[in-house]
Amino acid sequence: MLDDFLVRAMLAGVGLSLATGPLGAFVVWRRMAYFGDATAHAAILGVALALGASLPLYLGILLVAFAMALAVSVLAGRRHAMDTTLGVLAHSALALGLVTVSFVSGVRVDLSAFLFGDILAVSRMDLLVIWGGGLLVLAGLVWRWSPLLTATLSEDLATASGLNPKREQLLLTMALAVVVAMSIKVVGALLIVAMLIIPAAAARGLSKTPEAMAFMAVLIGIAASIGGLFASLQWDTPAGPSIVMAASAVFMITALMNK
Amino acid sequence: MSLITAEGISLKYAANTVLKDVTLTINKGEIVTVIGPNGSGKSTLLRALLGAIQPASGRITRKPDLRIGYVPQRLSIEANMPLTVRRFLSLPQRHTASEIADMLARVGVSGLEARQLTQLSGGQFQRVLLARALLGKPEILMLDEPTQGLDQPGIAGFYQLLETVRREIGCAVLLVSHDLHVVMSASDRVICLNGHICCEGTPHVVLEAPEYRALFGDGTHGTMALYQHAHNDHCDHEHNNEGHTHAG
Repeated sequence: MLDDFLVRAMLAGVGLSLATGPLGAFVVWRRMAYFGDATAHAAILGVALALGASLPLYLGILLVAFAMALAVSVLAGRRHAMDTTLGVLAHSALALGLVTVSFVSGVRVDLSAFLFGDILAVSRMDLLVIWGGGLLVLAGLVWRWSPLLTATLSEDLATASGLNPKREQLLLTMALAVVVAMSIKVVGALLIVAMLIIPAAAARGLSKTPEAMAFMAVLIGIAASIGGLFASLQWDTPAGPSIVMAASAVFMITALMNK
Repeated sequence: MSLITAEGISLKYAANTVLKDVTLTINKGEIVTVIGPNGSGKSTLLRALLGAIQPASGRITRKPDLRIGYVPQRLSIEANMPLTVRRFLSLPQRHTASEIADMLARVGVSGLEARQLTQLSGGQFQRVLLARALLGKPEILMLDEPTQGLDQPGIAGFYQLLETVRREIGCAVLLVSHDLHVVMSASDRVICLNGHICCEGTPHVVLEAPEYRALFGDGTHGTMALYQHAHNDHCDHEHNNEGHTHAG
């Protein structure tokens, strides 16, 4: 069954959605979209460094994404207007990654696979990474669900309840780095944040509790992955962007329903 | 037994010193009110005492595993987070449906469980915040201007409720307020703050202190007289309100 590239692609989409659903809800609630972009764009730099240092690709991406996520979350803690700073970081990281890749000698890298993903080329090894990472992120979020929600609502309320909001923030930061690393082959660095935000935003209008929203976001992510894949086969369009478009379609439908 | 002790703490916000050399202790079961003009560092002090910010110097000690019930000045709920009252009251600690129903009834807003937090009125919202603080069986309730944005009957009702539940539970209360009238009638001890502790003591001591007069002016004298009156007629809240309106 796993021999079929389409089955592998669908499984990759499902595995990814398990993590992007609940994590995406937090990205929406905490307004971390730019934060996600900075982390995702840093992944290209991770690719370059992994190739240059002959490290496993996923490890390189994970390390650089985590370093970027950490840097951004320290900066964000200072409560300055973050919009511009994050914009500068996100795009600098992307540009630096692209430039660095060109310096890596002797390797011809197909960058578009990392920028836009190539879900139809997902291998068994990739599937293992995606499902391993997806289940890890999901387990982490379920484990810390209540503290995370409290800290997201108000850091002071969380502190008064004996929690450490900084620690909860760190967990989200790590989860984001893992999601970036595992999803780069699926939707690519440019569209990872779309898979975080769009299903969660679409789920908002359909839910009355945070748990329902996270759950609906998983379902919408899965539906978009499968729907996007079939659309991509049908009309011979790039798979990653087609999946994101399918998610956007769901978002528009739910937005109209709630009008 | 002291619940929270601050020894010579200074607090900075960005590069500015907001508070300097503050020493205070809150004991078990005590009602302490901190008053001061806007920007006097009241909220900052409260946040430092609950552990949300670290003092630039000095030391804060809390009783180990102190259960704090915190009612913030306001809580802006992100519009993209669906949140029912029921779910909110179980964050982070789970409570049973009957505990939640009882507590909502106790603070006078029964039956709101399924309502979205964003759909509550200001008064309902403050009571739900209080309910959440109380559900954690606090040893100390910390309230930061909990009646901001409420109308006069709303304010009177909230403090009346606060006094009732406090009597039942017996927890300590640390209240930050600028509402002098209510402050005086509710507290054992008053701390007058303006970048540092100007004066402190029983309501009567503070009332007579020249530092207090300098800070709030003689105009408050009417309010104080009213406090005396309100204190004597402790339960006559209608009368109490009426007087306040005149004074204002």
